[in-house]
Amino acid sequence: MLPVEISSVKKYYGDIKAVDGVSFTVEKGEVFGLLGPNGAGKTTLIEILEGLRKRDEGTVKVLGLDPWENGYELHKKIGVIPQEFTFFEKANPREAVKYYADLFGVRVDPDEILKEVLLDDSAGVLFENLSGGQKQKMGLALSLVNSPELLFLDEPTTGLDPNARRAIWEVIRDLRSRGKTIILTTHYLDEAQQLSDRVAIMNHGHIVAMGTSDQIIAEHGSGERLEIHGTEKLADHIKANTELKVDFDGKDLISIQLNQKIDALAALAAAEQSGLDWGEIHTRRDSLDDVFVKLVSGIMDEHGEIKTERNNRKPGNQGGSR
Amino acid sequence: MFSAKRTISDLRVFSRGYLRNKFGLFFGLIFPVILILIFGAIFSGNSSGTITVYVQNQDTGPFPTQSMDVATSFIDALNHTGTVNVQLVSPSENFSRYLADHSSSDGIIIPANFSADYLASIPINVTVYGNPSASSSAIVSGTVIGLANEFNLRRFNGSSIIGLTQTTVNTEQTKYVDFLIPGLVGFSILVSPMFSLVNISSEYKKIKLFKQLSLTPLTKMEWLASKVLFYIVLSAVSFLLMVAVGVFAFGAHVTLTVWLIPFLILGPMLFASLGMLVGTVTKNPETAGVVGNIVTFPMMFLSGTFFPISIMPQYLQSIAHVLPLYYIIEGLNAVMVYANYAQALLDIAVVTVITIVLFVAAAKVFKWRE
Repeated sequence: MLPVEISSVKKYYGDIKAVDGVSFTVEKGEVFGLLGPNGAGKTTLIEILEGLRKRDEGTVKVLGLDPWENGYELHKKIGVIPQEFTFFEKANPREAVKYYADLFGVRVDPDEILKEVLLDDSAGVLFENLSGGQKQKMGLALSLVNSPELLFLDEPTTGLDPNARRAIWEVIRDLRSRGKTIILTTHYLDEAQQLSDRVAIMNHGHIVAMGTSDQIIAEHGSGERLEIHGTEKLADHIKANTELKVDFDGKDLISIQLNQKIDALAALAAAEQSGLDWGEIHTRRDSLDDVFVKLVSGIMDEHGEIKTERNNRKPGNQGGSR
Repeated sequence: MFSAKRTISDLRVFSRGYLRNKFGLFFGLIFPVILILIFGAIFSGNSSGTITVYVQNQDTGPFPTQSMDVATSFIDALNHTGTVNVQLVSPSENFSRYLADHSSSDGIIIPANFSADYLASIPINVTVYGNPSASSSAIVSGTVIGLANEFNLRRFNGSSIIGLTQTTVNTEQTKYVDFLIPGLVGFSILVSPMFSLVNISSEYKKIKLFKQLSLTPLTKMEWLASKVLFYIVLSAVSFLLMVAVGVFAFGAHVTLTVWLIPFLILGPMLFASLGMLVGTVTKNPETAGVVGNIVTFPMMFLSGTFFPISIMPQYLQSIAHVLPLYYIIEGLNAVMVYANYAQALLDIAVVTVITIVLFVAAAKVFKWRE
């Protein structure tokens, strides 16, 4: 039995197709990242898996149970940190863990769990006085109280500063090394890449790509390219003198598709031959960012909102060899 | 399915949070006591019977003998009724100006020749100043009329046949504070659970805390039960505090019997459910607050909380009869003041029905998830 098996899941709100025919399975011990912009349907989908929302169509099995019909049973076996985790203002992390332990009927040492999520130093601070990162860590601590085999983390680092994010990542990596199955939603590309074994990119209620980062890049990326800083005239010259596919970005970057590495030599020979000036050269591969941009057509800002203009696109950190 | 253990765990976390919140503590326990002190001081301060009356005696004599100064004996008699406290005004003062200067509307003028005319059996009028809308003025005129009759009879050697012995209901003397305590107990039973549950249920919905709790084995009935239990305990503590203040500060007479228990249990349960209902059916905390006030405020004033509803016009009394708090306060009065247990039983029956209806409705509309 796989921890999560879903097929053709749909959830409509009137005309809005929040989730529109999603299927996937998650392996035991895997970290499965659900990546997509805001409004892609990630939270709706994850809440269907948690048994908080009722699907309209499709089959859903989580730990062998139907989450909507057997939610009460399921909740004893899963751990969840919902988006924007909140708790009673006037309770501290130690009391919160104790409270959850009582509710689940388990005996745990609150300080030990808080240590696991690196919150042992603030165990006695009231929730209202915790920082954003500490609140999320407390959410993580609560999701671990019932020793779940399966964890749902819905945007665990949204709105946190870089240090707090890294601290949460450390905790998630530790959970993964202890064999927990984790489903993680995020709109941070680096987070999905850093933490997940497999990523599913979601957009408009559909999964538009799924697999390991490399698989997704191989399937949806454009392969290796040679990039030369130069003029449009140079681009035209290379195009005219080689069989290669040459693109110009309209400013100063010429991008040449390399079907094999030796193609770079032909392109550079043509450039040299032109007698025109050219600047920096390098080869690069599409990163997950590039693929993501291509698939969801637009790039996200830090809030997960899609920006339409593409000119502030960052160079990828994968395969950028000189 | 229902677990008392989980209910107690939730109760523990909730009450700890409550005790750490100074505002909740103030409104739950201190505020009702302050109300008792304020209203108690206003209405039952040094025997509300004495009304200050300014008297201008224009009958300055001369009187050959002491017994011929009827004006002075009239004023002395007035002073001895116990209902008014006479303040003499010099005959040279402009009387109405004097009253205005002293912000008073109650005054009496004994005319010149009062004594002489009385002794000669010539009709003569005492002038009583008063404000028709003030109850004190009615008391002053009543007292003067009674005294005048007495003097008239005496003049013709008559004597009263029908006398008057003053007493109040119940064997012991009942004071305003005795009625005030049941009213304010009702007030605190209404206000704390109602406002708190309106706020909690709409706020938790907004920040999705209910959704979070639904991912634990805690059930919504356990959650609701823990809130109801909390407010029953809080109301009981508040009740004891108010009674203690009423007894020690104002010497109130309070009958404590087991008959109070149903009201102290059903009341918080009723208003916790009503608050839950308001917080659940409204869209956001802001609307919930407004609707909560619309439901709470009429009940706060029209149910006999601060004053008996018998002084209100008939149409307001009819409104009072559909307010749940009315039956709680009526019942508390029946138990604590009149020891009328038949009436109390009827009120318990009405309150039980309303409580069950509201509790079931609240439990039904209140959703843990989606």
